[in-house]
Amino acid sequence: MDAAVAAALAEAHRQEWGYVLAATARVTRDLDTAEECVQDAYAQALTAWATSGVPARPGAWLTTVARRRAMDMIRRNDTLRAKLPLLAGPGLDTGPDALIEAAEDVPDDRLRLIFTCCHPALSPEAQVALTLRLLCGLSTADVARAFLVSEATMAARITRAKKKIAAARIPYRVPPAAELPERVEAVLDVVHLVFTTGHTAPAGASLQRRNLTERALHLARVLHQLLPADPGVAGLLALILLTDARRHTRTGPDGQLRLLADQDRDQWDRDEIGEGISLVKAALRHRPPSRFALMAAIAAVHAEARRYRDTDWLEIARLYDVLLEIWPSPVVALNRAIALGEAHGPQAGLDALDELGAEPQLAGYHYLAAARGEFLRRLDRTGDARLAFAEALMLAENQVERDYLERRLNQL
Amino acid sequence: MAGYMVLLWDDEAAWAAASEQDVEQAMQAHRDFGARYAHALRGGSRLYPSGTATSVRHDRAGIIVTDGVFAETKEHIGGYYLLEAADLDEALAIAKAVPCPYGWVELRPVLPGSEYRPA
Repeated sequence: MDAAVAAALAEAHRQEWGYVLAATARVTRDLDTAEECVQDAYAQALTAWATSGVPARPGAWLTTVARRRAMDMIRRNDTLRAKLPLLAGPGLDTGPDALIEAAEDVPDDRLRLIFTCCHPALSPEAQVALTLRLLCGLSTADVARAFLVSEATMAARITRAKKKIAAARIPYRVPPAAELPERVEAVLDVVHLVFTTGHTAPAGASLQRRNLTERALHLARVLHQLLPADPGVAGLLALILLTDARRHTRTGPDGQLRLLADQDRDQWDRDEIGEGISLVKAALRHRPPSRFALMAAIAAVHAEARRYRDTDWLEIARLYDVLLEIWPSPVVALNRAIALGEAHGPQAGLDALDELGAEPQLAGYHYLAAARGEFLRRLDRTGDARLAFAEALMLAENQVERDYLERRLNQL
Repeated sequence: MAGYMVLLWDDEAAWAAASEQDVEQAMQAHRDFGARYAHALRGGSRLYPSGTATSVRHDRAGIIVTDGVFAETKEHIGGYYLLEAADLDEALAIAKAVPCPYGWVELRPVLPGSEYRPA
């Protein structure tokens, strides 16, 4: 296969899948058939682009071909209408106009798809799985790997979710204005989860999963393009940019984990940082502040420090105070405690961490034990530090993190 | 338009412990709900508590009739509504308005084409 065609196809897969699927779903009114047509279009592109060259607008080409296939299927009545009820909702081409080819991106197209995938009637796991599968075009096998389940389990999860959408008639549309804030929040949660899962893989041999972080960044950009006035969306995009900017420095050439203190800041992506910081500034103007904007602000404080020892920990602690007020999550409280320790000394950090000792949600969370270990080490309480790191090691599952904790333990 | 069923799951102990005033308040809330969503509702009723149930089960030996509910659950079905809505969001807006001070509400889509309609 021609290398240029292969690259263009891979790029089109990364960038255009959701766009093509959403435009095709408008015609098929059913997600399964739409997926089939999109897969056909990508398959056709393989040979067509090798013969006639890569088109100037691959997304438009793929959409035209997918929609044409969809209309063929409908005309020949190939779609088994009895299989699943069709999608419900206003954003669908049902009249004679459906036969008119329209390859333009209706701005609402991808929004409809995202909001449908992230509907609250679907379980959080189903929302994430559908988003990765339908919007990002990730294979079922890749989605399964990301969330540590078998491919069969993930396939069943996705099928169940599509059945639920059809049977319960989850509407295929952008929610009305009154419901938008809540619904956008759910979408942001999904995209954020995709990013964090890719940024620090929960288990396995590598720390990062680039296919997930790239997809999350792409989704956040699409959301920002479609919902430019939403401060939560801007906040999430900023957070992802500022965190992703560090991707090349989080492991050393030896594959070992590098914490913020040890990362080579010259290797941080300054373009992403610049973009992130201006987004944060804009997002923070809104009241009340979105929690993603606040998390992004914290990341921005780190990004603005030229060296680790220049980090403004007082500012970070202050930002965590505000964040904790709108989002009383134990993980936020943990990060705040760490910031307090950095700002006011290890004893202050330890005191703040000990307040969280009874939190059931943090019971299996290795970062709590690791943070305690670090502050205990700084206080020269070596015996206690050893116990804490050993506890963290018991709980950690990602190999790169485990190696780091083992080294820490051996250094004591 | 599609059919949905709302099942009201009740904590019967809580109902039993409720004052007459609270019970009447709940009943009034249901009457208000019924009036407000008359356009969407197609039926509904409160049921006598689970102690009044009779279970009928078929097996190889024949038909077995027993006292009480079949499944051992903490909550029991206390009532139902049938409604018609364009999609799940519309049905959910109605389901959220169903008074359920001592339990919770389950919303289920009806299988189209399977509805019994008297001739």
